[in-house]
Amino acid sequence: MSSLLPLDFAGGVIVYWLALGMLSLLLGGAPKFITQIIFPAGALGALALAATGLLALGQAPNVAVLPLGLPDLPFHLRLDALSAFFLMLLGAAGFAISIYGAGYFRHMEGRTLALLALQYHVFMASMALVLLADDAYLFMVAWESMALSSYFLVTTDHKIPEIRKAGYLYLLIAHVGAISILLAFGVMQGGHGNAAYTFAAMREANLTSFWASVTFLLALFGFGAKAGLLPVHVWLPEAHPAAPSPVSAMMSGIMLKTAIYGILRVTFDFLDAQIWWWGVLALTLGLITALFGVMFAAVQADMKRLLAYSSIENIGILLVGIGLAILFHAYHKDALAALALTAVLYHALNHAFFKSLLFLGTGSVLHATGERNLGRLGGLIRRMPWVATLVLVGTLAIAGLPPLNGFVSEWLLLQAFLLTPDLPQPYLNMLIPVATAAIALAAALAAYVMVKFYGIVFLGQPRDEKLKDAHDAGWWERAGLAWLALGCVLLGLFPVQVILQLDHVTQALTGDTLGSTAAQTGWLFLTPIAPERASYSPLFFLLVILAVLLVTFLAVRRFYHGRLRRGPAWDCGFPEQTPRMQDTAEGFGQPIRQIFEVFFLIEREVPSPFDRAPRYHGRTEDKLWYGLYLPIAKLMDKISALIGILQHGRIHLYLMYSFVTLLVLLVFVRW
Amino acid sequence: MNAHLSGILFQLFQSLLVVLIAPLLLGWVNQCRAWLQNRTGAGVLQPYRTLRKLFHKDAVVADNASPLFRVTPYILFACMWLAAGVVPVLATDLPYSPAADVIALVGIFALARVFIALAAMDIGTSFGTLGARREMLIAFLAEPALLMVFFTASLISHSTQLPTIVEALAHKDFALYPSMAFAAIAFVMILLAENARIPVDNPTTHLELTMIHEAMILEYSARHLALIEWASSIKLLAYTTIGIALFVPYGIAEAGNWAALPLALVALGVKLVAAGAGLALLETISAKMRIFRAPEFLGTAFLLAVLGMLIHFLLGA
Repeated sequence: MSSLLPLDFAGGVIVYWLALGMLSLLLGGAPKFITQIIFPAGALGALALAATGLLALGQAPNVAVLPLGLPDLPFHLRLDALSAFFLMLLGAAGFAISIYGAGYFRHMEGRTLALLALQYHVFMASMALVLLADDAYLFMVAWESMALSSYFLVTTDHKIPEIRKAGYLYLLIAHVGAISILLAFGVMQGGHGNAAYTFAAMREANLTSFWASVTFLLALFGFGAKAGLLPVHVWLPEAHPAAPSPVSAMMSGIMLKTAIYGILRVTFDFLDAQIWWWGVLALTLGLITALFGVMFAAVQADMKRLLAYSSIENIGILLVGIGLAILFHAYHKDALAALALTAVLYHALNHAFFKSLLFLGTGSVLHATGERNLGRLGGLIRRMPWVATLVLVGTLAIAGLPPLNGFVSEWLLLQAFLLTPDLPQPYLNMLIPVATAAIALAAALAAYVMVKFYGIVFLGQPRDEKLKDAHDAGWWERAGLAWLALGCVLLGLFPVQVILQLDHVTQALTGDTLGSTAAQTGWLFLTPIAPERASYSPLFFLLVILAVLLVTFLAVRRFYHGRLRRGPAWDCGFPEQTPRMQDTAEGFGQPIRQIFEVFFLIEREVPSPFDRAPRYHGRTEDKLWYGLYLPIAKLMDKISALIGILQHGRIHLYLMYSFVTLLVLLVFVRW
Repeated sequence: MNAHLSGILFQLFQSLLVVLIAPLLLGWVNQCRAWLQNRTGAGVLQPYRTLRKLFHKDAVVADNASPLFRVTPYILFACMWLAAGVVPVLATDLPYSPAADVIALVGIFALARVFIALAAMDIGTSFGTLGARREMLIAFLAEPALLMVFFTASLISHSTQLPTIVEALAHKDFALYPSMAFAAIAFVMILLAENARIPVDNPTTHLELTMIHEAMILEYSARHLALIEWASSIKLLAYTTIGIALFVPYGIAEAGNWAALPLALVALGVKLVAAGAGLALLETISAKMRIFRAPEFLGTAFLLAVLGMLIHFLLGA
């Protein structure tokens, strides 16, 4: 090897992160060193990884075989366009999260901090390794170390029982998912003479449509469990709030995307998305997940849980896009498949930016106030102007408002929906309007949720005395937030440039691209199909808004006056205003709870009017937990009790079991 | 280049015209309402007088208002101006229209709405948050419904660009598209809801329990209030012209055809007068709904719009 390949750089960053993790463990007694040196150093590694990913997007795949692993089963690495894109995502968002972490973790104790820094860097390294793995063995090793390191990160505050419980639930579902992924790999490997389990062999595997569908279903379930797809989403709203905020940001912003990567890798790269009903399944599941997520987000009272449910919604939207891409690809409409896939990749990148930004923002709020409950926050825009301003960018972006990034990917997705009449299936054509309506509803509800989130946390009057002492975030934290906010703005303003980069991925997966048509009227206008069909120019849009704003402002000043008086709030002349008269989180979500009542499990205790010390109490819960999970848990308990009959603790009985098993097996083999 | 320049000039002309005549439409609607209710009415120019009065007053802002509160009226005004500039009112030759298609237009309305809702929560009064919550409640059903109306038109014309849609629809023979009929009913319901008209909201009420839009802007005064009121009237005009463009586009000047402009102006005037009178009539004969009924009303609009789209897929028309 004469010159260094991008793959070498990426591998180097992984080793560098692992080394940083080890180093912080050795220096457990010096918390200052860890926060001021290790985390920024890790951030630089992330930046290098992002640059490597960007560089590798346009290059031919790099491959390498490592002299590690089991004898006869070496580790294979491969860096192609799909891996490169997700590595870029990991690097770009990871950079900001690490920078933020340098400030956020400064109050932690030495020992805990050292362990946390180790797990944190192992987590990032294993995510990168998941994206680079080119055989099932390495993939599973990386996937499991990702699950384990994130489990330890989630349970950082393991002294709190709820957090231990959340961690356990997360680990359990992660493993159920991992088994399913392992089986999917097994099916794809089946029938091959060699037992190398390389992805190259799986690409070549000619599965019958039955086995291909089995693989797809297994992969969808397995990766879906990591992504938070219904009905295996229950861990997400528990684990995300339990983790420290930078970890929540990393899990929500980046780790969920590795699951999307897995689905894309298996469906498009290995199975070539040939069967149309896969698309319908993915589309339906995605829609249900998106609506479910946003509905539950609207009724949450804990700000991190609210964001966790919003992540479920976004994963649903991503899956809807994947479903559309599969549909188009299965009917050989590759240009349209490229459009849908571009929307997916774009949204994945956007979500990494704005969701990390929002989670980090909640971290700053949590640090400043020690409060996660929306009902005790409020008015922080006056105490924490930096955080409030930067989080506002993320709020507007995630609500899908132009000219920020969330709007671009939603716009592309809706354009893809509008092109479905080209599909040759009349029945599908009837489903599509309903699906479009559902996705539009989810997007509009997301705006509701984000107004609730931002309005209750940052606006209004402080709902609690202690908020008066809230302080703004430190410079490290501001820098991390600012990077992400800047990303939201730039991704929103320059869609054509971003799509030209995404083209390498869609070319590899669908055989077609969007960029050449998207940029046909110049870089300023995004025209995914044709200029007379649809076009959008966020930069132009922003410039006109700013111009009108300026003109209006100057005109009002010029022709009238700028006189302004401050006074107490008027509020229809109502004199006795207290902060408690503002909407609580429950109050703001009440209309949604009422409209979609059937989907929630609602418990209410309303005291009688004669009660002298009335107590109002209400709880809104997920029906699936009681309808699906608890029955399964009970069934498992019963089965284990049955198995318990075999267990006596006497060694000679156990020996006899082995003996009988051996005999049965011998008979079976001879037969 | 010359065509380019004339396009830009035309765009500026339309934007200015729309901003200037918006209060007139509102005055006309109010005057019609007055007549229908057997009152004399204040005349069609009353909204201009109100604006002038408000601009001259000193602004009073609550002690704890943040910069977000003060900048929102300007953002609202800019968004509505932008929206009015995108809709083909007189001619389909609008150089600004490639910057924003119908989805972006819905996005502009959403942007304005999110800002006004946030500003309403900024002071932290009970009415402000109440208004914000109700506004978002109305919006989350009205916005997808509006999108579905647009999509029905997009599917017929194979475009999401408003000028292309309007040209395609204006060129077809005068025939009733079943899908567009559903879309039209849905659109009228959305127009009522989004512009805070009866039966969803009452623009003249200050009765605490029923107000939505008014509750959000309670804390505003003087020039801020003037901008908001002006923006609301532009919004009403924008919605009316969207309705005209989608459902009765006949008479609009096509790209490059300047001779047709005077005729288009007359046609627009007639359509606006008729639409304003119709709106007043609709408001007079219906009663304000309870707020809890609003989701049903908008749910119906949403379903009608989806039905319109479905019918397009079924019948291809």
